[in-house]
Amino acid sequence: MGEWELINTNQAAAHAARLVRAAVIPAYPITPQTTVVETIEEFIHRGFMDAEYIRVESEHSAMAAAIGAAASGVRTFTATSSQGLLYMSEVVFWAAGSRLPIGMVIVDRAVGPPWNIHADHQDAMSQRDSGWLQMFVSSAQEALDSVIMMYKVAENPEVLLPFMVCIDAFILSHTYMPVNIPDQAEVDSFLPAYKPPHWVLDPNSPVDMGNLVMPTEDYMEMRWSIHASMKRAKELLDKTSREFAEKFGRDHGGSVKAVNLEDADVAIVALGTLSSEAEYALEHIDVARTGLLKVRMFRPFPREEVIRLLKDKDVVVVLDRSISFSHSGPLAMEVRSALYGISEAPKIVNFIAGLGGRDVTYRDIVSMVNFAVKVPKDEVLPCYWYGLKDRIRNLGWEEVI
Amino acid sequence: MGELKKVEIVLPISHPSLGAMGKTGIWRVFKPVIDLSKCIKCWQCWLYCPEDAIVKEEDHPKIDYEYCKGCGVCKEVCRVGAIDMVREG
Repeated sequence: MGEWELINTNQAAAHAARLVRAAVIPAYPITPQTTVVETIEEFIHRGFMDAEYIRVESEHSAMAAAIGAAASGVRTFTATSSQGLLYMSEVVFWAAGSRLPIGMVIVDRAVGPPWNIHADHQDAMSQRDSGWLQMFVSSAQEALDSVIMMYKVAENPEVLLPFMVCIDAFILSHTYMPVNIPDQAEVDSFLPAYKPPHWVLDPNSPVDMGNLVMPTEDYMEMRWSIHASMKRAKELLDKTSREFAEKFGRDHGGSVKAVNLEDADVAIVALGTLSSEAEYALEHIDVARTGLLKVRMFRPFPREEVIRLLKDKDVVVVLDRSISFSHSGPLAMEVRSALYGISEAPKIVNFIAGLGGRDVTYRDIVSMVNFAVKVPKDEVLPCYWYGLKDRIRNLGWEEVI
Repeated sequence: MGELKKVEIVLPISHPSLGAMGKTGIWRVFKPVIDLSKCIKCWQCWLYCPEDAIVKEEDHPKIDYEYCKGCGVCKEVCRVGAIDMVREG
């Protein structure tokens, strides 16, 4: 079933937009834009995809146009990256509050200054609390499949929230891999057409969206509703992933994916391509039996899975490709929070690595695990910076290793 | 998924209705008054009124003073100077 092609992850994302029959693609085509929207544009011009392509004047306008399109009742897709996502941010929040299941691929790149277009999760992390579902993937195939799955989750009548599928810059975005591109009919039978059950823009029955509400009105109820829908989205993703695996024969895991975790004493926890590198590192680690917990869904956060799969470990090594300055990595903060209060909770050691696309190889991950196993539990710092230059390491900070 | 509680989608949607904010005419400091002897029925005031407070009455525009906030846009767009802004008493 499907057809095999050698493509990169940007192209895989474009194929996903085509296969879900996205009807409107608003995009700002200038840096930090990627070949995701460029490929979609080519599909449309070659008659390979039937969609309205809107070239707007900024990312802020791209998301505003996406909101308008989705509010008119059609499936909508866009893509952006780093500064583009930051500039879009105000309207990113509006999309979630308007309860519109827009799909967006984020090519995760470092934010400036200085300019740097390489892999880093700081851009996506800045939108953590926007009300968007956030998924991190580690292959072109997983990106394509996840976009299809996420529309199904996002458009569920109890979810109705937008989603981002986050792909690491260059390591995924520009790397060519064999990808199975499903048949249109298969995707159509998995993902029915979008029929908004809640509201549509209709000139014959005008509505006012996002008008002023007073503290005594429903503002707080709307925020709770996003919170509740997001929890529902996690349960649905696990179910949708199983359905997808049955239909398409590919299982990427649900909100998390565990590798060799059951008998392990040490667990590595990571997002995106750090998790695939960590999976490769497993067979090179000899200091302890080590497994991997790949976190696919960052929002909603799979708290129950993290507790269930990590609570009995001796050491949990969390890799972060972004930093909440003066504290630790965002993923480590979630893992610590989930495991807080559990008696005999594991030693949790967080490494900040790979910022701005600095290379993190399996050898680096082996070194991090070796360090984490050795450091005494009562001396663990909130985070350790791995891979800084000697000039900084020579300053003698304990957290710089 | 058996025992899941219901999620209520709470939406920031409202439906336009007359006077939802009360009688906004009381906000007015200056009141537009149309001199019908000068009016050429070009309907620019009706077209530009941001509050939809000018209606077509038979052959001339009529201001709905219950909702006119006195912004003065109609006076600005009137090409024959038929509208005066008069301070409210």
